[in-house]
Amino acid sequence: MDKGALASALGAPSAFGQSQFAFVRGNAFEARVKADGGAELLRLVHERLDPGAAPPADARVPELTATGPRGRAARTELALGEASAAGAWTLLDHPMLALDVAGSPAFLEPDAVVVHPDGSWTVVEIKSFPMLDGSADPAKVGAAARQAAVYVLALEELAARLDPVPPVRHRALLVCPKDFSNLPTASAVDVRKQRAVTSRQLARLTRIEEIADALPEGVCFAPDLPAEELTAAVESVPAAYAPECLSACELAFHCRARSRADGAVTALGRPVRAELGGLTTVADVLAAARGETGDPADPAVAALRRAAALRAEALEAACR
Amino acid sequence: MSLISTLARLEAVHTGRAQPAATVRHRHLSERPLVLVPLTTAGEAGAPLGALVGTDRDAPHLLVVEQPRDRDLRFAFLAELADVVLPYIDACAGAVETAERTETDPETGKRVKVEVDLCADAAQLIVPSRAGIDFVRLLGRSMRFRRTAEQDPEAPHPAPPRVPLLGRWLTHYGERARVPGSSLLLAMTDVLGRHWATGQSTLEDQHLGALLAWIDPPEGMSGAEAALRAELERDAGGQLLCPPAGPATDPAFDNKLLAPAIERYDRARSALAAAEDGADADERLAALTAAEREIRALVDSRTRPTWDAVWRGLDLLRALPEGARVEERWTRDRWSFTGHRDRVLAGEPPQPRRDDAVTAANKLATREREQARLEAQEALDDPLVMAGRRLAGEAFAGEVTDVVMAYGEGRRPAPRPLVTVRTDDRPQLGERAKVYRSLGGRPQAAEFVGYEEDGSCVVLRIVDKMGRGKEPEAGSVPEKGDRVCFTLFEHEQRGGAKLPDPEQTPWTHGGPPGEAVPEAADPLTEEDLL
Repeated sequence: MDKGALASALGAPSAFGQSQFAFVRGNAFEARVKADGGAELLRLVHERLDPGAAPPADARVPELTATGPRGRAARTELALGEASAAGAWTLLDHPMLALDVAGSPAFLEPDAVVVHPDGSWTVVEIKSFPMLDGSADPAKVGAAARQAAVYVLALEELAARLDPVPPVRHRALLVCPKDFSNLPTASAVDVRKQRAVTSRQLARLTRIEEIADALPEGVCFAPDLPAEELTAAVESVPAAYAPECLSACELAFHCRARSRADGAVTALGRPVRAELGGLTTVADVLAAARGETGDPADPAVAALRRAAALRAEALEAACR
Repeated sequence: MSLISTLARLEAVHTGRAQPAATVRHRHLSERPLVLVPLTTAGEAGAPLGALVGTDRDAPHLLVVEQPRDRDLRFAFLAELADVVLPYIDACAGAVETAERTETDPETGKRVKVEVDLCADAAQLIVPSRAGIDFVRLLGRSMRFRRTAEQDPEAPHPAPPRVPLLGRWLTHYGERARVPGSSLLLAMTDVLGRHWATGQSTLEDQHLGALLAWIDPPEGMSGAEAALRAELERDAGGQLLCPPAGPATDPAFDNKLLAPAIERYDRARSALAAAEDGADADERLAALTAAEREIRALVDSRTRPTWDAVWRGLDLLRALPEGARVEERWTRDRWSFTGHRDRVLAGEPPQPRRDDAVTAANKLATREREQARLEAQEALDDPLVMAGRRLAGEAFAGEVTDVVMAYGEGRRPAPRPLVTVRTDDRPQLGERAKVYRSLGGRPQAAEFVGYEEDGSCVVLRIVDKMGRGKEPEAGSVPEKGDRVCFTLFEHEQRGGAKLPDPEQTPWTHGGPPGEAVPEAADPLTEEDLL
């Protein structure tokens, strides 16, 4: 489903988009890293992850083109199996992997997967943010690590189908431009933690069929429906908005508007919600703070009233 | 976030306007700050697109890189930026007053007072958002290792000497911005967010336009409506009415307006280079100038709203009275500024890429100490901040209900009066806990003795600041009926244990740094275009 189109139809368009400058730069850098049959990339993998192995020379770069994501995924599986058996450095450029997400297959395309001479596999992420003096923006590295962890999971799913099962390395290689130049540099990123978190989250995701079953009969999310009908349809799927959604989901502005209309305190941030005990709406909290409602024996209400009294006293003192 | 600020946010939601989160201004604002609104090219680390910079709100300098991927144009931009910023810094660095500082005499090892120069004012730099501070740091890093023709006559693309100099200053500002309470380099969103609580999350407060919309919404609009407009509303051409405060630009702007304009510029430039005769060249030069002017207008249109917003923020902040202890923290900033000026004058090399262990530990200790100082000073300056500390049980206020004179047990009995304070607060007092109150700006200490009357009265023993005589000096002991406020935290911060000299760094921390090697310049990308 195209959530961006849905958000626009709901009257709360998402603000995501990619600048063509970033796009061009990202592609140019990736092409540079993979030039010459991936010589530079394999050199970095050898240096950072597997210095004990023979240096990569004449690495194999199998052809992976096929029609459709399923065809490409099958082609990738075949190539990976062959490469593991061959015992030589192999670079898979833009392979296609399939991962089961809540009961439906999702196709993933890592920048590259490298097969080591010992038959093990490494995920390579090529990013265009710089590594300055050996360190990069932690938020961006974190996002790259989470992304790599998903690829590791998908590769492990695939590896389990092979015999013998090739090991998937839990240290991914992050390749970035060095300082202010366009020369690549790389760093090994341990993704064990992200892998465990993602794996646990995938396991507890509600199955798509269950979500579909819970929906009322005949509900439809086609963006060409009238806005009212569409809003009602989206309402039928429960959502728990928090400000963090703004940086991740196309529908966040819609959910935010609904959350604000309901007066939910979580719209101000999850920590706010955590402080207020059982009080979940702005009106409830303010009424409790003014002493109009709420049980004074409830610690959350008592704290709120003390806070309100102290705040009023301080503001009054400042006015004088 | 304390419950008091949460409450303020909820009230802001309810009333549709931001609510005060402070009653005084907790940061110093210079009479003439330098405002910098930078823009950068998406996806490139060291490719600025342009900037509005200056000290006069009506006449900013517009600096533009017409083709950000072109190295020569980028370097020209940095030189221009240095031409605007350095004279401002130099003007502050030039005006000094004499101050006293205690130093350890290297021969006798004694602490002696020496007279040194202290800059009468420091240059203050203001950027729109926190990302702007990171960008200042990045600019500093990209410039400070550049080689001048004098240092290395062989190097391609030598930098004019003022470029590495500006790099060192920006690096210093970027580092200083990490010290809590410092005002040398401020992000407008941070300062506004410190003084007002809006009806949105702190994440959304990072948007300068939305933040200002909550604090000072236009006539007839609620803060929430105005903030939504600032965040999302676009004109007929699909461009945001309130462009992001930068340095990143809106992708729609990049794709629809900037990219075609840069393409036209590139074409005009290659056409000019290929011109064959004078008349032809004149015509093509005119086309190039037009293309340049177009990009300048685009950059101006994206930076000007932010420029105006920063100045509006300054107006709002100036309306608040300055906190009593802000001046003292600004003096620390002046020391920091003067210290850097002296290091530059002494010909020291630029700040290294990585600090040695002792420098890093010193920086960390400074930040911790300044954090504690900031927290204490903000509470003492501002009853609203103190209210938060009282709610947390870290301070208490109340009325003096009884004062009993008592004396210490020493050879010369000193006054140790017992003061009873009735309070509704619930301080978390341990046995013989020390508490402090501000007496004419200086902390007076007292000791907790016990509770009286079902815990609503606190009995304290005053232990200092009463003079040398048998009778306490007038006004040094609270009287019955006085309103007093005691804190459980100390008002003044003592420095921690002194760290060894860098030459004495223990092996656990990498050992002595050894002979300083001059840092190499960054390797240059071979191509002239990124």
